[in-house]
Amino acid sequence: MIVAERKPIKEILAMVADFKKILLVGCKGCVTVCNAGGTKEVGILASALKIARKKEGNPIEIDEMTLERQCDPEYIDQLEEPLKNNNYDAVLSMACSVGPQFIARRYDNILVYPTLNTCFMGGALEHGVWAEFCQGCGNCIIHHFGGLCPIARCSKSLMNGPCGGSAGGKCEVSPDIDCVWHLIYDRMKQLGKLDQLREIFPIKDWSTSRDGGPRKIVREDLKK
Amino acid sequence: MKAGSRLEKILEAGHFAVTGELGPPRGADAEVIKKKAEHLRNKVDSINVTDNQTSVVRMCSMAVCKILIEMGLEPNLQMVCRDRNRIAIQSDLLGAYALGIRNVLCLSGDHNKFGDHPQCKNVFDLDSMQLIATVKRMRDEGKLLSDQELEGGVKFFIGAAANPFGDPFEFRVTRLAKKIEAGVDFIQTQCIYNMEKFKTWLDQANDEGLTEKCYILAGVTPLKSVGMARYMQKFVPGLDVPEEYITRLKGVEKKKQAAEGIKICVEQIEQLREMKGVAGVHLMAIEWEHKVPEITEAAKLLPRPEVD
Repeated sequence: MIVAERKPIKEILAMVADFKKILLVGCKGCVTVCNAGGTKEVGILASALKIARKKEGNPIEIDEMTLERQCDPEYIDQLEEPLKNNNYDAVLSMACSVGPQFIARRYDNILVYPTLNTCFMGGALEHGVWAEFCQGCGNCIIHHFGGLCPIARCSKSLMNGPCGGSAGGKCEVSPDIDCVWHLIYDRMKQLGKLDQLREIFPIKDWSTSRDGGPRKIVREDLKK
Repeated sequence: MKAGSRLEKILEAGHFAVTGELGPPRGADAEVIKKKAEHLRNKVDSINVTDNQTSVVRMCSMAVCKILIEMGLEPNLQMVCRDRNRIAIQSDLLGAYALGIRNVLCLSGDHNKFGDHPQCKNVFDLDSMQLIATVKRMRDEGKLLSDQELEGGVKFFIGAAANPFGDPFEFRVTRLAKKIEAGVDFIQTQCIYNMEKFKTWLDQANDEGLTEKCYILAGVTPLKSVGMARYMQKFVPGLDVPEEYITRLKGVEKKKQAAEGIKICVEQIEQLREMKGVAGVHLMAIEWEHKVPEITEAAKLLPRPEVD
């Protein structure tokens, strides 16, 4: 899933400093799963903003709403009525950055703000801990590395083994980062496939990654 | 001869090679380089010029290499993958050759997190292994990665680093083997302090016949003080400083610690010279270039042999 985390409250307060009435929109997709922007987090953020503004003697009115997803036009359409019937100063999205962009794309007369920082594609290691697992390079090669991704998980995206800074299973960048090359080595050893790591992994074609420009997938079989 | 550099000739002739290291300044004063480099004249066979080491912005390696060439000294251009994509790498290699640079050391590069611009975007389009293969392709096939034929080839003596002390230890000789397969001609190792562990790594490399396929220059760095030794032991990932050296440094009064550090370094060089598979030493006297004459003299590495 897309893993995101909420921006600091101060930053969000600064965004809405000039507003009296806003719509805060959550998303029931990835950001609900990673506890960043679901119905619950929408409620918490709305309360926090209202309390802070009340303290300042400058109250703000906030309507709350959570869409099924913010990365599909059909759900974004559900904002049409509330936007028409209310005089919002802005919409604040609690989705990953796709959400606010979809809202902006659909409604050209309302200001849109992100309240989350979209961080990475990853998963939960344990309750409350998420880690990056994929960089979306557009050409998956993890089967060459025991099913682990050195592009996303090695700090230097090395494809041919650990750098000299790998120590005690940890990356030189931080003791909080596992050296993925150590993990790859251990796993390939376990699988009896160490020979594969002896082969030089060739230079990667990054044109399928963001380096080839913004990407689009067109499935003719699904298009109407 | 692949490149005909002085370093290559020394090694080909079977002499025990000595390379030095020069860190470019954090400024544009060429005199700083000249002063440092003079300490190394006639004491080492060629001089590594680091490429924004520890990700701190310094004068560019290639410019410093050119200054050394003008001084009649031989540089080893260090090139990291952190700051350049394949376009910049190949372009820089062409320029380096045109300026007279003949030795190039292919490195991944220290992560930008450690430097003075941790906010930067890093590159790592290639890794060090792929960089070695790129230089070899340019040299031996006369082609760019795009298959474009070069008008005027590059004849580099290709180097790379090896860290016998990184983890997982068992993979370290494999990584050396891969670098050789990728096309490396010489290896300079990380600073060695744990001689036993280095010996284990070297024995494995000898057993696999790897030391016959490339020249291994053992990296040494004199310890200036107990403080430096402790710092390297605790905070430099992939460095292994045994307690015994720290005890030795502690055993002398503070003013004499530097001398003791040099003594240790000289002993190490003498031991390394006796090891099968070690073709030379890479003496990294970090911000201590003026001690290189003393160390090389004491380690009986002088005079440096003549080659033509």
